[in-house]
Amino acid sequence: MLKLVRAIISRDLRLAMRRRADIVSALFFFIIVVSLFPLGVGPEPELLRKLAPGVLWVAALLATMLSLPRLFADDHRDGTLEQLALAPQPLGLIVLGKVLAHWLVSGLPLALLAPVLGLQFDLSTDALWVLTCSLLIGTPALSGIGAIGAALTLGVRGGGVLLSLLVLPLYIPVLIFGAGAVDATVTGLGAQAHLSLLGALTLAGVFFAPWPTAAALRIALE
Amino acid sequence: MSNKLINWFRFASPQAFYPLAGRMIPWFWALAAVFGIAGLYVGFLVAPTDAQQGEGYRIIFLHVPASWMSMFIYLVMAFWAGLGLAFNFRLSGMMATALAPTGALFTFLSLWTGALWGKPMWGTWWVWDARLTSELILLFLYVGFIALQSAIDDPRRADKAGAILALVGVVNIPIIYFSVKWWNTLHQGSSVSLTKSPSMAMTMLLGMLLCALACWMYAIAVALMRVRTIMLERERHTEWVREELGMKAKEQ
Repeated sequence: MLKLVRAIISRDLRLAMRRRADIVSALFFFIIVVSLFPLGVGPEPELLRKLAPGVLWVAALLATMLSLPRLFADDHRDGTLEQLALAPQPLGLIVLGKVLAHWLVSGLPLALLAPVLGLQFDLSTDALWVLTCSLLIGTPALSGIGAIGAALTLGVRGGGVLLSLLVLPLYIPVLIFGAGAVDATVTGLGAQAHLSLLGALTLAGVFFAPWPTAAALRIALE
Repeated sequence: MSNKLINWFRFASPQAFYPLAGRMIPWFWALAAVFGIAGLYVGFLVAPTDAQQGEGYRIIFLHVPASWMSMFIYLVMAFWAGLGLAFNFRLSGMMATALAPTGALFTFLSLWTGALWGKPMWGTWWVWDARLTSELILLFLYVGFIALQSAIDDPRRADKAGAILALVGVVNIPIIYFSVKWWNTLHQGSSVSLTKSPSMAMTMLLGMLLCALACWMYAIAVALMRVRTIMLERERHTEWVREELGMKAKEQ
């Protein structure tokens, strides 16, 4: 079973590496959105420090959203998805592999890039660490929950906008605890509680999301 | 026992349910009117003026029932959706589709009347209170459900996709509610709280309950009317719908 997941991950990673522009454009979207905020609200360091956790996390949600439609769309178009659904292995495991691969190409780079952007917002070293940790812990949940939405909107008219309508409300808890962790560090409280809850959300999300996703894929393939 | 079971499953078929729903609708409308008039009478003429809030509090006779219904209808919708997904009943999906707009309407009403109440009481239309925020998110969930169903042309696929979304939403509602609550207590030190005054006059409670029953009956009546329309639309190729529509044309 682990072998299957590993095979799916390496396949999806290889496909992603063949089309690096997709990953890079999502990352630049993240950078641009974050950079727009100081231009919009003004360059006062005090204000920016207060805004930073929320801005970075909301931008991370949006950047993840942007890469979600491609999670199944390409495989759906060339028929690979049908073959995967016909495979004797459970579809849920295949979905899990795809979710992890999606995190590796979208969530992980975001988390690694975030401290650089955090510097622009005048965050302290502690806050930068917590920001990176919270993104590392929280973004797998985004990929997992997002996969449900991506499967539900597969091949549907106006899929992209619809996807954000479905998935963003479900992202709210992750946003609250993720941004809350950084916020708690900035204000001098510990981030421990927030990070623990974020970890719980991620574990639950990545564990349970493949089931509804697999069910939604089967409906889409009917 | 077995006889009863057969009877219940008979109404899972649209053909059998259509006339039954038609017969029930006037009754639910009548009940909604009776409860509504009684509730409004108690609310406006019998219930005393509140000592702290004056006359403005009377909006709770619509606000509280609307909030209750908004949450309850989502649960009912998810129940029908889940039933449809598990047993492949055609009617269940139709019921879920028919309930969604009413639920969204009640959620919107609850937010709107809350804002109307908040302005004189708190001095602001909107606060990021835990309950207000989760009600807003509930509205987003309804909108997502309706949008997903209307984007899919094949009704069977729309039903199933909507069912999965509704079930995922139901699992998430408590998580969202508690996270918003914790977020709220972290961010808001000295803001307004929604905790009610210690005791509510008996007549106020009575008025509210009557209005809640009225909303409930209204929701059932409207959902049944909508489900009848959906049935006709989806089953338009069948014999019984042609008969039904043909008969109506002759009557007019």
